[in-house]
Amino acid sequence: MTLVINGETKTCPAVNNINDLILHLGIGPDRVAVEVNGRIAKRRDWESTPVADRDRVEIVQFVGGG
Amino acid sequence: MTYELTDDPLVLGGKTFRSRLIVGTGKYSNFAVMREALERSGSQIVTVAVRRVNLSDRSRESLLDFIDTNRFMLLPNTAGCYTADEAVRAANLGREAGLSDWVKLEVIGDERTLFPDTEALLAATRVLVKDGFVVLPYTNDDPIMARKLEDAGATAVMPLGAPIGSGMGIQNPANLRIIMECVSVPVIVDAGVGTASDAAVAMELGCDAVLMNTGIAGATDPVTMAEAMKKAVEAGRLAFKAGRIAKKLYASASSPLEGVSR
Repeated sequence: MTLVINGETKTCPAVNNINDLILHLGIGPDRVAVEVNGRIAKRRDWESTPVADRDRVEIVQFVGGG
Repeated sequence: MTYELTDDPLVLGGKTFRSRLIVGTGKYSNFAVMREALERSGSQIVTVAVRRVNLSDRSRESLLDFIDTNRFMLLPNTAGCYTADEAVRAANLGREAGLSDWVKLEVIGDERTLFPDTEALLAATRVLVKDGFVVLPYTNDDPIMARKLEDAGATAVMPLGAPIGSGMGIQNPANLRIIMECVSVPVIVDAGVGTASDAAVAMELGCDAVLMNTGIAGATDPVTMAEAMKKAVEAGRLAFKAGRIAKKLYASASSPLEGVSR
């Protein structure tokens, strides 16, 4: 499937939901926030939030800032 | 009875803090220096930014590996946002990432000065307060805007002392004093502090706290500057509470005028 993740078009094996995607990307699930097509998915909803071909996904974390 | 700092914590959003110094986590040469500077600053609240995870290089160290979140409360900011909508979205992403309702709200109006767009700031404050956020807005030194932010439900107002990262010190003591008379929420000077005396000036004016990043991170020795800032904030608070003498044009002798042996 093709996803636009953080602005980059990525081809990855088909995943069903956000949980699977985060697992596939190897991202530590703590302290990240995920948005699919402009809607933030709460962590407890990751399992039930589907990810489909051509979805736009944003994955953010905390970095140093003032 | 004399005044003790320990009897006078900063009360913000229903929480109490011993330290009246809030520090940023940006611009450090490396995370180890940052960790030590945070430690020496005595701060209990640290600001962080929300940015995209780097997908191509997952090996890089993570900021949060260097911040003990049991000791430091994370305060996500909305830095880099130029509209109310962007800031509201960033605040929500920060809430989801940090699992906390607190936000340092910034809506920038101009790239060169980084002055706030206060019209958009007020709009974003209203939205976020309604959504249950504890909103700490970075604003300009306009007392009327400070009052509007308070009316909109802001938990504190955070006027600048000078442009972000400029290190010019407190350029607007008169406006800060008027702001403190206009609002009853805490007033936190956010931006402009370049060295310890600047932080002391802000606190001597009666501000409730000071927020800084570059003043520490950009110093030649950030760890030592962090301690200087801690002590300056404490000294400034003590001086404010002690009540300074009035300024006079002429001298007033400190030693007795009588009994001088000639």
